[in-house]
Amino acid sequence: MTSFRFDDREVPFQPGQTVAAAQINTDILSWRRTRKAARPRGLFCGIGLCFDCLVIIDGTPNQRGCLVPAQDGMSVKTQEGNGFVAPAQ
Amino acid sequence: VTAPAQYPHTGALPPAGTPAGAAALPAASVIPTSQHPAELQSAVKCSAVAADVVIVGGGIVGAACAYFASRAGLSVIVLERSAVAAGTTGAGEGNILVSDKLPGAELAMALRSVELWQQVAAELGPDSIELERKGGVVVAATGDSMAALQILSETQIRAGVRVELLDGGDLHDLEPHLAPGLDGGAFYPQDMQVQPMMAAARMAQQAAIRGADVRLGVAAVGLLTSSGRVTGVQTTDGAIACRWVVNAAGTWGGELSTLFGAEIPVLPRRGFILVTEPLAPLVRHKVYAADYVANVASSSGGLEMSSVIESTMAGTILIGASRERVGFDRTLSVPIVRRLARQAVDLFPILASVKVMRVYHGFRPYSPDHLPVVGPDDRLPGLLHACGHEGAGIGLAPATGELITEQITGVAPTLDATPFAPSRFGATQP
Repeated sequence: MTSFRFDDREVPFQPGQTVAAAQINTDILSWRRTRKAARPRGLFCGIGLCFDCLVIIDGTPNQRGCLVPAQDGMSVKTQEGNGFVAPAQ
Repeated sequence: VTAPAQYPHTGALPPAGTPAGAAALPAASVIPTSQHPAELQSAVKCSAVAADVVIVGGGIVGAACAYFASRAGLSVIVLERSAVAAGTTGAGEGNILVSDKLPGAELAMALRSVELWQQVAAELGPDSIELERKGGVVVAATGDSMAALQILSETQIRAGVRVELLDGGDLHDLEPHLAPGLDGGAFYPQDMQVQPMMAAARMAQQAAIRGADVRLGVAAVGLLTSSGRVTGVQTTDGAIACRWVVNAAGTWGGELSTLFGAEIPVLPRRGFILVTEPLAPLVRHKVYAADYVANVASSSGGLEMSSVIESTMAGTILIGASRERVGFDRTLSVPIVRRLARQAVDLFPILASVKVMRVYHGFRPYSPDHLPVVGPDDRLPGLLHACGHEGAGIGLAPATGELITEQITGVAPTLDATPFAPSRFGATQP
């Protein structure tokens, strides 16, 4: 069984599934918190348009979970705010 | 018998944010008949009008006209065929610039607008329209370009613009992420930025609070006239009797003027803007390359590109600017998008690692001499135009609204209105 790591748990997926599809299939509904009010966000449009499902994948923030194919051993992390830890100075 | 202007009770709900009961208020103080220009007396006396002024267009200019006209006590109806800010207002960056203007009528209008924007923001709340007095930084990559910028800035200073010339070191103090090796530039502290859709919506809302009726989904289809004077406007939702009609249809102001039988030359000039993912603050001012000024003033029909970069309060960075005359063609141009991105990375190398989230485009309303078309139409008393602001409509909107209001009420204009007069295109009698 192929799987990736989401925060502190393993998420199994079928080859060809996107990160978001695998998350939903594992009953994970939220993987981002908004910039101002820290409200939970997950899959919304599911077709790459709304940018609601942003998530940190292998260290890169603002990846659309609904478009990125899941890969074995991938590191997926909840995105807080804009996903950048410190101001990009 | 003078028919008092009445706020029309259409049964529609007041716009969001309107205090309870506001729609039921009587019309704000109507200008006494005695203050109308003498030649209008008969028209004023004969017609039972629904409003003094019907403004066609719910973009930033229409909203500003409604804001100032309602503040002057005129009763106002705004017709917007789609939604507020659905056209060019919602397709730009929200720039309020004096830096990109050569001395002359447009710069005078921009300087007045900078004052008025601050008054508008004070009334509406600066945060509610995201007004940022951030200043503009013009970058000169080479010594030649710096010399040209220096000459331009000297003429601007004589016209009342505040400019601080910068060397390469100063540039990097203001914008630490700029590419190394740039010759210098200039800082324009009066340049500002606003969230244009919110600004248009809030100004229209403020007009509504003062009694204006903002009708969405209603388009003007023609004028009603009597004895060669405007007596109303025909709409997709019936006829509206009024004393004045303002064409604030932006890029579609040319088409509308034809529909009204009083044609003015306003045509679209397309531009693309890239939007990055939201970032921590990285670009602090409105930053653009010195060749942008030349492109803005150019009359070339071909593609012109210069780098214009700024961040928004939402954390995104907006990357422009392209200019081309291709009619209302909405096709995405990948080569232009690619070139905009490359130019931006040339100026801010750090952007190479930043993702573009979306691309949008809009159509600037340009007139043959690049000046807005603002003022009464000599061919048809009662009709005024307020369009053709090209890429500067957000910045120039308040001074336009003020001027239109002064022209309607017969108050001496704050600005010299002559350069903006629609008759400059050699208007002929219809």
